[in-house]
Amino acid sequence: MSDRLAVNRPLAHDSAAKHVAGEAVYIDDMPEPSRCLEVYVAWADRAHARLLKLDLDAVRRASGVVAVVTTDDIPGHTDISPVGRHDEPVFAAETVQFWGQALFAVAACDVHTARRAAGLAVIAYEDLEPRLDVDAARAAEDYVWPPAHFVRGDTEAGLARATRRLDGRVTMGGQDHFYLEGHVALAIPGEDGDMTVFSSTQHPSEVQHMVAHVLGIPSNSVTVEVRRMGGGFGGKETQSNLFACVAALVARKTSRPAKCRLDRDDDMIMTGKRHDFTVDYKLGFDDDGRIEAVDMHFASRCGYSADLSGPINDRALFHADNCYFYPDVSLLCHPCRTNMASATAFRGFGGPQGMVAAERVIEEIAIACGLDPLEVRKRNFYGDGERAITPYHMTIEDNVIERVVAEVEKDSDYWTKRDAVRRFNAENRWQKKGLALTPVKFGISFTMTAYNQAGALVHIYKDGSVHLNHGGTEMGQGLFVKVAQVVAEELQLPLERIKITATTTAKVPNTSATAASSGSDLNGMAAQAAARTLRDRLTAFAAEQHQAEPSEVYWLPGRIAVKGNEIAFADLVHDAYMARIPLSATGFYKTPEIHWDRAAGRGKPFYYFAYGAACSEVTIDTLTGEYRVDRVDIVHDVGRSLNPAIDAGQIEGGFIQGMGWLTTEELVWDEQGRLRTHAPSTYKIPTCADRPEIFNLRLLENENPKATIHRSKAVGEPPLMLAISVWQALSDAVAATADHQHPARLDPPATPEKVLMAIGRLAEIEATKEAAE
Amino acid sequence: MTAIANDEPGLEIETVVNGAPVRARVAVRQSLVDWLRDDLGLTGSHVGCEHGVCGACTVVVDGVCVRGCLMLAVQADGASIETIEGASASGRLAALQEAFYTRAALQCGFCTPGMLLTAAELLAGDDKPDRETIREALSGNYCRCTGYQAIIDAVEAASTSEKR
Repeated sequence: MSDRLAVNRPLAHDSAAKHVAGEAVYIDDMPEPSRCLEVYVAWADRAHARLLKLDLDAVRRASGVVAVVTTDDIPGHTDISPVGRHDEPVFAAETVQFWGQALFAVAACDVHTARRAAGLAVIAYEDLEPRLDVDAARAAEDYVWPPAHFVRGDTEAGLARATRRLDGRVTMGGQDHFYLEGHVALAIPGEDGDMTVFSSTQHPSEVQHMVAHVLGIPSNSVTVEVRRMGGGFGGKETQSNLFACVAALVARKTSRPAKCRLDRDDDMIMTGKRHDFTVDYKLGFDDDGRIEAVDMHFASRCGYSADLSGPINDRALFHADNCYFYPDVSLLCHPCRTNMASATAFRGFGGPQGMVAAERVIEEIAIACGLDPLEVRKRNFYGDGERAITPYHMTIEDNVIERVVAEVEKDSDYWTKRDAVRRFNAENRWQKKGLALTPVKFGISFTMTAYNQAGALVHIYKDGSVHLNHGGTEMGQGLFVKVAQVVAEELQLPLERIKITATTTAKVPNTSATAASSGSDLNGMAAQAAARTLRDRLTAFAAEQHQAEPSEVYWLPGRIAVKGNEIAFADLVHDAYMARIPLSATGFYKTPEIHWDRAAGRGKPFYYFAYGAACSEVTIDTLTGEYRVDRVDIVHDVGRSLNPAIDAGQIEGGFIQGMGWLTTEELVWDEQGRLRTHAPSTYKIPTCADRPEIFNLRLLENENPKATIHRSKAVGEPPLMLAISVWQALSDAVAATADHQHPARLDPPATPEKVLMAIGRLAEIEATKEAAE
Repeated sequence: MTAIANDEPGLEIETVVNGAPVRARVAVRQSLVDWLRDDLGLTGSHVGCEHGVCGACTVVVDGVCVRGCLMLAVQADGASIETIEGASASGRLAALQEAFYTRAALQCGFCTPGMLLTAAELLAGDDKPDRETIREALSGNYCRCTGYQAIIDAVEAASTSEKR
């Protein structure tokens, strides 16, 4: 147990008591203001079409309809591209670019009335050919963002020189966020044209900016507030903008409060998801499984607009090495424009897709060389000197992956289990077991350097109670309690003296999204800075009062000691107030050291790396393709944990979410570009029954060598990629059906159908071989 | 939102909600969870998928957990309804609530009320369920945050708690 007052302790989530009583308030739970309207956003049922006619007369005339909002009702800008590309209209204008694109909005006293009325619209389209695959986009060279290319060494020469050569392709699916609370925004008009918006968003500052933009008013006229979200996972980083803007447009037009809440189907149809990727790889390696050269060509379906696809695709390349040194390497990525909802941020932000490619490479080499994949992994880990340099020319200085993997190897008893799996597979015809131990190295920082800044605001009131505010948002991840722990530690107060308050653009401006796992790193430091300013003022005041040096003032739990006197915090604060000491302070933080030159493909985009490893054991049924995950062992590096209970929850939850992405969560679009899996009836996230029967988790004993907040490490995204071990274990089990003579080529999501098909492919290869013999 | 949407036919129902009699005119197409949330202000039951899959809207009707999104308010005529607010106030969830709090078996909290009511139903019928039984019983309640590990631990802990 920690010797610290508040940090490093497994304290409960700040809202835990409210959650178990059903008392926590989400935006849809807030009492609606009087005369509040409810808004339905009508969307196009074409993936690509010219909009010939949009006749809304019948909608306007429908009983109960109070207002209809179209592009013509937008007083300001009609585009809400979060990256300034002008490719994301609020409402489709001349051309419909994806199935589910917003066309207009209807407001009524209740959403059912609005929705029914929307169905009265008379719409005529001229259908255009939808583009749905990366090959067509590449042929047309139509990208939502300039392609990135990371190069080190001479890959062609490396491949030519290599002892062994191998080519292949891996495709991987996207993922719906399936936050349990769907998108929702409540806009309340104020005087002077002001607008207050309660938005379920990870990025209040951006919602503020977008609402101001569409209303044609300055940002200082818009306030955006969010106390909590019912899950975010990246899905509320940019995707909240549209619904907040529509609610604000209705509120502006009608001078009435307006709420826009999506039902699940609309939410899944209209909003972006994790990018799916296709990766073509060429490998050069030696007989011992050592990688000599890697050429990877990534392409993702980004949907119709840029959104965050640029940095997401870059992050895929940043993680295409995972923990492995590639002597000669070329990594190219094409962010392809397709007629789909614009793919967006999702926990890992491209990193998981890069890592899947890296682990496929290892799997291929292991099969080709007849080696255990874990052995191949270890032989290719980053090392020292030349072998510590990434494809983007950053030297890794904090590598602990060998230690992490060694610990998981021991915890899982990998080699004993490998023998047991081999025996099981020899003795069982219809069931096969698979085993995989995979590492994770994840770079921490926004690759857009400017985003790595944060602000906080701390007030101390005369009674000694403390008010805390910062730019981070709470989506369940426990950010608020972590930052409060930091402030409690700084002021040596019990946690309950720190009031946690809703994120609002009126208190801390110009914030970054709560994303990139950066929430506690950035906001923790900013809040610490604010608290330290106040502590320093109080220290100076107490020193002066007692004719002491500031160094003679000691901060103890709930009090200070100076020259033999002990003064309770509340008394100190009261005296300081009377002496006119300011009791409010802001804090600011920017991450040091980082820089990135995208054009050159060089720099230090990450302040540090977070590491982890997982060993998964699975059993498949070779007749049905069904499987279960029998056991998982995880060791994960969170530095010196700010809150081990919260961090363990992030790791457990991230792992299962990653497992869902790689196994059962399958997004299906038909040839018309219509998403066919837009509800939980057809889109399967993991349930309680899907989780591994045995699940062992340990936090690595470590501290961040970098001066992060109390030497902790970011934890939001990295654990998701631990689930790659489940996919690799499934591949191992499939390969066992043909005695590991061929790679399984099991592309995620490894649904039971895909497992069955992969088994069938191997059986065919074996049958052809036998016939030839 | 008002009880009766525009032009919507309504029916008179008589129910008991969290122990108190409630007589109301409700729209014939209004779901039970919408009525509880919008008209009675009982917002602890959450609307997640509106398909009867996620379990966030779980409420107890005549002693049995139901999906508040799949049942119409008019179908509750004559029934006794208990929501998370009532179950919490009654104290019957105390052991589970404490276990969820202590084991950090929640993150965003959106699924928590439904999860607790479903877990309570399990424990009412099975004193010492094993982990397999707990997994099965909770498999109709989605949680996107925790990965369920802490939830299973908490239910197991609550089943042996003295508070029961």
